[in-house]
Amino acid sequence: MNRTPTPAAPRTLISPLTLARPRGRLLYWTVFGAVVLLFALAFLFPVYWMVTGAMKAPEELARTPPTVVPESWSLTGYTDAWDLMDLPTHLRNTLVQAAGAWLLQLVFCTAAAYALSQLRPAFGKVVLGGILATLMVPAQALVVPKYLTVADLPLLHLNLLNDPAAIWLPAVANAFNLYLLKRFFDRIPREVLEAAQIDGAGRLRTLVSIVLPMSRPVLGVVSIFALVAVWQDFLWPLMVFSDTGKQPVSVALVQLSQNVPLTVLIGAMVVTSIPMVLLFLVFQRHIIAGISAGSTKG
Amino acid sequence: MRTASRDAAPAPAAPPPVKLPPPDRAPARPWRRRLADQAAAHGFLLGGVLCFALFSWYPAIRSLVIAFQKYTPGSDPEWVGTANFTRVFGDPEFAAAWRNTAVFTALALLLGFAVPFLMALVLNELRHARAFFRIVVYLPVMIPPVVSALLWKWFYDPGAGLANESLRALHLPTSNWSNGADTALISLVIVATWANMGGTVLIYLAALQSIPGELYEAAELDGANLLQRVRHVTVPQTRFILLMLMLLQIIATMQVFTEPFVITGGGPENSTVTVLYLIYKYAFLYNDFGGACALSVLLLLALGAFSALYLRLTRTED
Repeated sequence: MNRTPTPAAPRTLISPLTLARPRGRLLYWTVFGAVVLLFALAFLFPVYWMVTGAMKAPEELARTPPTVVPESWSLTGYTDAWDLMDLPTHLRNTLVQAAGAWLLQLVFCTAAAYALSQLRPAFGKVVLGGILATLMVPAQALVVPKYLTVADLPLLHLNLLNDPAAIWLPAVANAFNLYLLKRFFDRIPREVLEAAQIDGAGRLRTLVSIVLPMSRPVLGVVSIFALVAVWQDFLWPLMVFSDTGKQPVSVALVQLSQNVPLTVLIGAMVVTSIPMVLLFLVFQRHIIAGISAGSTKG
Repeated sequence: MRTASRDAAPAPAAPPPVKLPPPDRAPARPWRRRLADQAAAHGFLLGGVLCFALFSWYPAIRSLVIAFQKYTPGSDPEWVGTANFTRVFGDPEFAAAWRNTAVFTALALLLGFAVPFLMALVLNELRHARAFFRIVVYLPVMIPPVVSALLWKWFYDPGAGLANESLRALHLPTSNWSNGADTALISLVIVATWANMGGTVLIYLAALQSIPGELYEAAELDGANLLQRVRHVTVPQTRFILLMLMLLQIIATMQVFTEPFVITGGGPENSTVTVLYLIYKYAFLYNDFGGACALSVLLLLALGAFSALYLRLTRTED
């Protein structure tokens, strides 16, 4: 009697029985429509406004009341942004910074996590404690002393300002990603690694051909985190790159925003967003699953 | 005798901790082999640890040192005692920055917490287009923060900005938004909430899905209405996640920088200067690194309390 025709949906706040009644169905579809409308207005419309804003003529963009659909569609906002704001250079800078940070994180964070998880180094507990302690120190609060360090590396007296290494090296000091990797490596059965050892594989060989292939999911998550973090960062590159030609696109966008026509700026904003939005659309299943899974662990 | 009995007694009772090596392996190895193992292990650690040392541990210590120094890059630092702190305390922007940061955090908590909570609650009841909702709500998170800040700066434009145009279309009074001293801060909170709430919604949705359906069933049989079910089933069942998200959000919003820097430049009348913005100004506008580090230390202390609480709570849950 109580069974609903579709048993697949788990029971939530509102019982399936209530929803099955005519009044419940009416209410459900009303709420559903309202939420679709709200989401479209709140999240999609601003994006639409941005994409079409760059296609309007400058005089049309300044008009009040504004036109919802551009009168004439033109791509000059985008092409001008590409040329006037030197987007190829800045996008390339961002790409180089993000790729290097990603690569170095993969190499050094996996190596360190593997050592801490499986190789039992002396003082490993102390090192891990020191790494986890940095989780308690919010990164942004330390930007100024970090800047001074990058400007004059201790002992080596190297100046990394205006050099992509100023993004790459500090990116390795990512306790969150390292801990994520270590936790994953901890769960690899010891027998698997011992079997590899018996077969004569060294530590590096075990890491590369046994551990890493088994860790694809976590490596994917870490990769996405690493790339997104660099692409989205603003304060740190703003401090480190005073040379306009070296600036990533996020910094250049703000620095140049006062000096270009609005249509051009909006075009540049759209172009800057495209790589991240594409990354998200391609990997949305993994990203959403990763975020959701994070919650059950706390 | 005594040592023997001491060794023998606890052995069968307590199972060995999980992480211990198999007992027969470590001692059996010759010291030369163990040394090689250690060298290899530390070789794997080296790159990562060096980066932590240079860019996390050293700056943390250094901020404590420079906070008590007159520091100008290129010349020798000078100990000045607590002069940096007294100078920073005397800055009229100091009080404004802390007040703005506190108000921003409180408003962001109110808005950026209540809205995603309600949104997740409603989304969890919807049985159609679930993937669509998840993608759309997370889309702003993937737009670079600089772009969302510039986008909203344009929306808030007093001339042809979308915000006032929408109000005009609805025949409502317009607002100064980010250009008015009393509305600027809340305008920035709206931007931050819009840009960041996707993550909160997704995490909260996942938490809602882990609530056993029988609890709702039982509550309904007991005659609990919708609001009572939310209050007595949903909230208690997700209290831990709620608390975690709240702490994480406090920590994140207390470090707000991009929105005030890009949209308002700290103005009007210092109404949106935040602590991190003030740190930036001390270092890069006033060239006063001692003052910037003194401020950083204060911010660290304020944030450290929340971070410690967060880590403590996650530990106990594990």
